[in-house]
Amino acid sequence: MAIVFEKTEGLTGKPFHYCPGCTHGIVHRMIAESMVEMGILGSTVGVASVGCSYNSYEYFNCDMVQAAHGRAPAVATGIKRNLKDKMVFTYQGDGDLASIGCAEIIHAAARGEKICVFFINNAVYGMTSGQMAPTTLLGQVTTTSPFGRDASYQGYPINVAELLSNLTGAAYVERVTMTDTKNIVNAKKAIQKAFKVQEAGLGFAFVEFLSTCPTNWGKAPLDAMEWLKEKMLPQYPLGCFKGGDLTVAQLDEIIASKKAEEVKA
Amino acid sequence: MAQVTFNEDLCKGCGLCVNACPKGILQLDKERLNTKGYHPISCTDQSQCIGCTQCALTCPDCVITVER
Amino acid sequence: MAQKRVLMKGNEVIAEAAIRAGCRNYFGYPITPQTEVMHYMAKKMVQIGGNFVQAESEVAAINMVYGAASAGFRVMTSSSSPGISLKQEGISYIAGAELPAVVVNIVRAGPGLGGILPAQGDYFQATKGGGHGDYRNIVIAPASVQELYELTVEAFNLADKYRNLVMILGDGTLGQMMEPVAFRDEEPVETYDKPWACNGRGYNADGKLTREHNTVTSIYIDPDVLEVKNRELQDKYEIIKKNEVRYEAFGLEDAEIVITAFSTCSRISKNVIRQAAEMGIKVGMIRPITLWPFPEDIIRETAARSNVKAFLDVELNAGQMIEDVKLAVNGQKPVYFHGRLGGNLPTQKEILDKIVAIHEGGKV
Repeated sequence: MAIVFEKTEGLTGKPFHYCPGCTHGIVHRMIAESMVEMGILGSTVGVASVGCSYNSYEYFNCDMVQAAHGRAPAVATGIKRNLKDKMVFTYQGDGDLASIGCAEIIHAAARGEKICVFFINNAVYGMTSGQMAPTTLLGQVTTTSPFGRDASYQGYPINVAELLSNLTGAAYVERVTMTDTKNIVNAKKAIQKAFKVQEAGLGFAFVEFLSTCPTNWGKAPLDAMEWLKEKMLPQYPLGCFKGGDLTVAQLDEIIASKKAEEVKA
Repeated sequence: MAQVTFNEDLCKGCGLCVNACPKGILQLDKERLNTKGYHPISCTDQSQCIGCTQCALTCPDCVITVER
Repeated sequence: MAQKRVLMKGNEVIAEAAIRAGCRNYFGYPITPQTEVMHYMAKKMVQIGGNFVQAESEVAAINMVYGAASAGFRVMTSSSSPGISLKQEGISYIAGAELPAVVVNIVRAGPGLGGILPAQGDYFQATKGGGHGDYRNIVIAPASVQELYELTVEAFNLADKYRNLVMILGDGTLGQMMEPVAFRDEEPVETYDKPWACNGRGYNADGKLTREHNTVTSIYIDPDVLEVKNRELQDKYEIIKKNEVRYEAFGLEDAEIVITAFSTCSRISKNVIRQAAEMGIKVGMIRPITLWPFPEDIIRETAARSNVKAFLDVELNAGQMIEDVKLAVNGQKPVYFHGRLGGNLPTQKEILDKIVAIHEGGKV
């Protein structure tokens, strides 16, 4: 028998510290596998943010830079502007990206920075034990919306994917989830498409992952998946909000012609 | 013929793979605890395994290796 | 042989110096009185194929600096006091991750929105650390446009040499004034190997990765690991204190009074020293060029000299460097102070009056 699935070389092998059933682990695996499958593990620099995934710089086996809370897109800008032929991505949670880092993400997208942003939306601040995040749903109880998020008092959730898709600099924006195998396979396709959009030099690529937070939602992992499907999907519809027309074949063609030009130059 | 093997000490007993397996042959082993103190995943009937890798795709901790 | 002299504005010289030092990255944000640094970079950096980004905020700018530095590239940002306050968190991260970077602060009057005229009220922030944690910036205070040029080039060497942030602390006067500058044909650019850089290591011929993955971080959850890391930083700072102190001093051997002042205040004081000499009052000067590492030895030795009766510290603030002067003098002699605030500069007469009062033993 041959191995059809094993741990990817794209991860360092350091065991994840994430809670049982936390979908961070799935997204880590898919990004890491994608780097290996696309032959870019050696030419990628990732930027870790601050939150549950602060430690991702020890998990991803590519070069990793740990950024201050909310600033990963700016750090990635500083890296990519210098390493134009390398791949750069950020890995951020919803507190990091949609709250303190809101200016950085909007301007990185507006500038069309040729980076990939992988955005984990689990509707709470995980690491600091379940505070309300900009993506917390109306009515959702958190440690800082103990009576359920009330719009008149705490405003409305932010749909980041839709928000960024309005920026011309954003070339590809998609929202995916990991609630079942079909969605997981689709999520990995989105990751690879984001990397290809970057490699083709088309601009800012963004994938939002609707994720679970069993611990802070106070739900078992499988129940958390159900809650996500029942509560989060209505607020955060899945799908491609920008660059849906770009096919992988087209992207590969652009990348090939770019490489040909570089060889000529 | 196919087979799944587990790096048991990485398993956190989250149960996502149990739900993902189309053959329903994955169960948390209530009789044992791994070094983390969780009931590790185990396969109740390897002969039923079709090597579809759905369990491995949904595992958040890279516990599962699949052969076919 | 220095080239012909060019009349240039201080802010622009800083930008030109950075480019001459091989810096190909500038990330900035508009703020008076240093915006000309950015204007210059916006044109020239792009012309020479460097990277110029006007960031959405000073916070974003310092984090772009963090990114470029972590990839192993020389990088600079500049701002003025309120903007530098916004950068403090990023500066602390740069210290923690031991990244080389140059940050220019063209100081203006504070606190708050303050004013746009020159001041030195950011001395504490620059030298004692405006961000969190135990760290030090190398802080350099040029006193002329020529020094702005030479010391900015030197700043990039120091940053790479020690993997440390170097801050050029100027003020509105220095940034806005024009003086002739003699540019060198060849710049003394030192290059340092950066095996730690996160630059996407690539594959070698047989498809194997060329090295383990690099990480740039400032977080160490394990207290024992973080303590060791902190000790390493402190050891580095001791080495910098030993090797990199710079100052100008003159007239100490027979001075009755010694003025301590940096940058713009030192320029004004030099005229006062000449006037005092004409009145028969011998006044010397110690001008720190590095505010950190602070030139404490020369001050301590000068305080021990029998001919020295007192020190007069002159600053554009309510008295900040004076604390370090007093620490170095260590009570051996009195240390008097003359400061102006709000963006005003002291007149020569104000300082001379203080000198005369000290000389005559009167109330100062």
